[in-house]
Amino acid sequence: MMEVNEHDTSQYNELIAFRLGEQEFCVDIMSVRDIRGWTPTTPLPHSPDYVKGVINLRGSVLPVIDLSARLGFRSTEPTARHVIIVTQVGSQSVGLLVDAVSDILTITSETIQPTPDVASELARCFMKGVLAIEGRMISLIGLDSVIAATHEGTGTLN
Amino acid sequence: MDTMAAIKQTFFQECEEQLAELETGLLAIESQQVDDDTINAVFRAVHSIKGGAGAFGLDELVRFAHTFETVLDLLRGSQIEAAPPLVKLMLRSSDTLADLVRYSRDGGEMDQARVGQLHDELMQVVNPVATPACAQSAEPHAGDDEAGGDDPEAFFPVTVTFDDLIGENSDDDGQIVFNVWFKPKPELYAKANDAAKLLRELRALGEADIACDRSDVPLLSELDPEGAYLAWNVRLVTSAGESAVRDVFEFVEFDCEIRIEAEPSVEPDFEFTPEPVAEIGPAEAPADSPAIPQAVLERLAEFAPEQAAKAAAPSAGASPAQQAQTTIRVDLDRVDRLIDLVGELVINQSMLAQRVTEAGIARLSDVAVGLDDLEQLTREIQDSVMAIRAQPVRPIFQRMSRVVREVADMTGKSVRLITEGENCEVDKTVIERLTDPLTHMIRNAIDHGLESPEERVQAGKPEQGVVRMTAAHRSGRVIIEVSDDGSGINRERVRSIAVDKGLIDADAQLADNEIDDLIFAPGFSTASAVSDVSGRGVGMDVVKRSIQALGGRIAISSRPGKGTAFTLSLPLTLAVLDGMVVTVAGQTLVVPLTAIVETLQPKNSDVHGLGETARVISTRGAFIPLIDVGRELGYRDCEADPVGSVAIMVESENRAQSALLVDGIIGQQQVVIKSLETNYGHVFGVAAATILGDGRVAVILDVDAIVAGSRSDPARSEGANRKRNAA
Repeated sequence: MMEVNEHDTSQYNELIAFRLGEQEFCVDIMSVRDIRGWTPTTPLPHSPDYVKGVINLRGSVLPVIDLSARLGFRSTEPTARHVIIVTQVGSQSVGLLVDAVSDILTITSETIQPTPDVASELARCFMKGVLAIEGRMISLIGLDSVIAATHEGTGTLN
Repeated sequence: MDTMAAIKQTFFQECEEQLAELETGLLAIESQQVDDDTINAVFRAVHSIKGGAGAFGLDELVRFAHTFETVLDLLRGSQIEAAPPLVKLMLRSSDTLADLVRYSRDGGEMDQARVGQLHDELMQVVNPVATPACAQSAEPHAGDDEAGGDDPEAFFPVTVTFDDLIGENSDDDGQIVFNVWFKPKPELYAKANDAAKLLRELRALGEADIACDRSDVPLLSELDPEGAYLAWNVRLVTSAGESAVRDVFEFVEFDCEIRIEAEPSVEPDFEFTPEPVAEIGPAEAPADSPAIPQAVLERLAEFAPEQAAKAAAPSAGASPAQQAQTTIRVDLDRVDRLIDLVGELVINQSMLAQRVTEAGIARLSDVAVGLDDLEQLTREIQDSVMAIRAQPVRPIFQRMSRVVREVADMTGKSVRLITEGENCEVDKTVIERLTDPLTHMIRNAIDHGLESPEERVQAGKPEQGVVRMTAAHRSGRVIIEVSDDGSGINRERVRSIAVDKGLIDADAQLADNEIDDLIFAPGFSTASAVSDVSGRGVGMDVVKRSIQALGGRIAISSRPGKGTAFTLSLPLTLAVLDGMVVTVAGQTLVVPLTAIVETLQPKNSDVHGLGETARVISTRGAFIPLIDVGRELGYRDCEADPVGSVAIMVESENRAQSALLVDGIIGQQQVVIKSLETNYGHVFGVAAATILGDGRVAVILDVDAIVAGSRSDPARSEGANRKRNAA
């Protein structure tokens, strides 16, 4: 982890890191509303494979996306050990199904490197960059593109 | 500035209420129910609008309202008669006033010529009798403080008369002596007003000698603890005018007896003590008064804060009789938040109940009994909260009377609108979204439904056509009917138009009601020329769609020569829905109860294949398409075995029946509708989602979409597959 300069917080971002299989990813902590254990979802008809369905989040209906499948990896067979990260972008909330939450990172924006070209095109549209932390590579996920693309996937009118 | 904007917004909200009041009153006058209360209410409404408008510098509005008010004042003073032409003029003026208010609020340019013309017509009513200025001074109450039209306070009719006019008694210093006799009624205290405060306010105006008149106080044994027995004589020497003195009692005018008399004597006489003086101390006054103990007052204030607030803030719209009914203004967002929370409470309660049952706790144990009570309470809370959103349909019915007037004028037909059931309550959202469809239906009824006066006379009907609009509650829904006594639907013509437009085949065999239903078909319009009235390129199909979007249904019935009736059946609220909970391929779904006609268990012999994939079920001699919900929603690939499943007969658009095949029925329950669109998006075949007793989400079927989808099955499932593959 990096040291935090108390006096200049605008330069620093806190991120939540999580694992999907062998790889590590992270999202901006400001867009995370909740982290909860896996609960069975209600599948939605005619939804793309990566939409696991919807769950009841304190009275509102929250769609859960299998992030692994969304990024073009294997789809997840969720167990009680899996985790749903509830994220919010704008007025919209979406749950991301991931293997496990691993870390909270504090980074400066300079630490973010551009996504290497080798990544698949699908993965690259959701990644805003990569971070090298203690010898690990962590990909930063752009939530807005995940949520926007989810919308397209449903073929909605709104 | 923000405060100003907020006050202005409140003003416009109040204007809407005043306008509604005005229209109600005028309509009552029109139907010959003229009484003083009605005329006063009408006058007050216009006066309040004028007053508020003056405070905001809305000069145009003030000018028109002033002239209108002048006419109403003549009416009030019985100087003119409420003859039909005058009432019509006043109704038109009320429409224009409403327009002026709306233009002042939303901006935009008013049709000056129309306002000017109406203004002139109103002036003509005024002029033969008196000039506006005379009319103003002829008002039987002290109207001087409002002459500028900038009195933002509501107007209250003054119930007392006084002999002397202001100024006559004033001496050189401008000091006037008033003798005020003030006797509160019990209502004054009941509204948490305090006589001492009023007296103190009076004293603030000048030198006051206050004497308590205890002559009416009975013996203790006869004393009503909530009665009011004290009166006060006040001799007030003040430089303030009579209106200022009167203003002190403005809020309590109806709750006390009061006489204010200016004394001819000029010199202030401080030694003047007509009766033993009881000095009114700030706190002792209520304690002094045996009528209402302070504790009672406080409790009253506690229990009825709204009433107290209401008494303090005059509502101009309410006539004295209605004042007991109090309202508060609440932001709609807050109400919706409350409704959401209560929805969650209901879910939580049923989850708890389910857990308790699962835990094997006996039905008669304390826990289970307590839960039953909780359930009942939750239901009651839910009902009460839903009732907050419920509003009477009256405003929209009133708006329709204006539509009727306008369309009648435009088409040259004489029309009478009869409304019934205005107090019927429906969810606010439903009401808001009813305006357009109802306007359209009314226009249609007058333009297409009613015949011209000559034709009516020929047909032996009264010259004046009748459009009837009724609202009623029926089995958890509200039924609104718009009917006319016109010629009914010309089926020959409807049919030939439908053939012309390619809606039906020329040799199609249609029953009468099927022909009637054709007018709901998109692109159908019977008017040979697109008239200014009901044209505009929209037809009844738009009406039908907007009603369906509200979860309602529309039906038509017509009798040649007798008239046509449209019946709307609408849900009372958009927040909850009665549903049948069913299982399909291991999933729990909710089918809206309104769509369901009946359920049955199909026998093997009932089900017949039709073509390659389609199946029908025979029931009562009819073959009805059988739709496998599980397959339709993509929950399973192969057709379910109808035996052991349940067929739900549903009625969709065009009253066509279909059978939905589901695995089993769990039960029937009221569910809270949750939007899927907020966080996800629209899903084919799904109307919304809900949360069931076990806390899990279940989808609510969109029956119409599923039925329509099954007809175009191959194309649609291909599309769905494509979507899936692309993703």
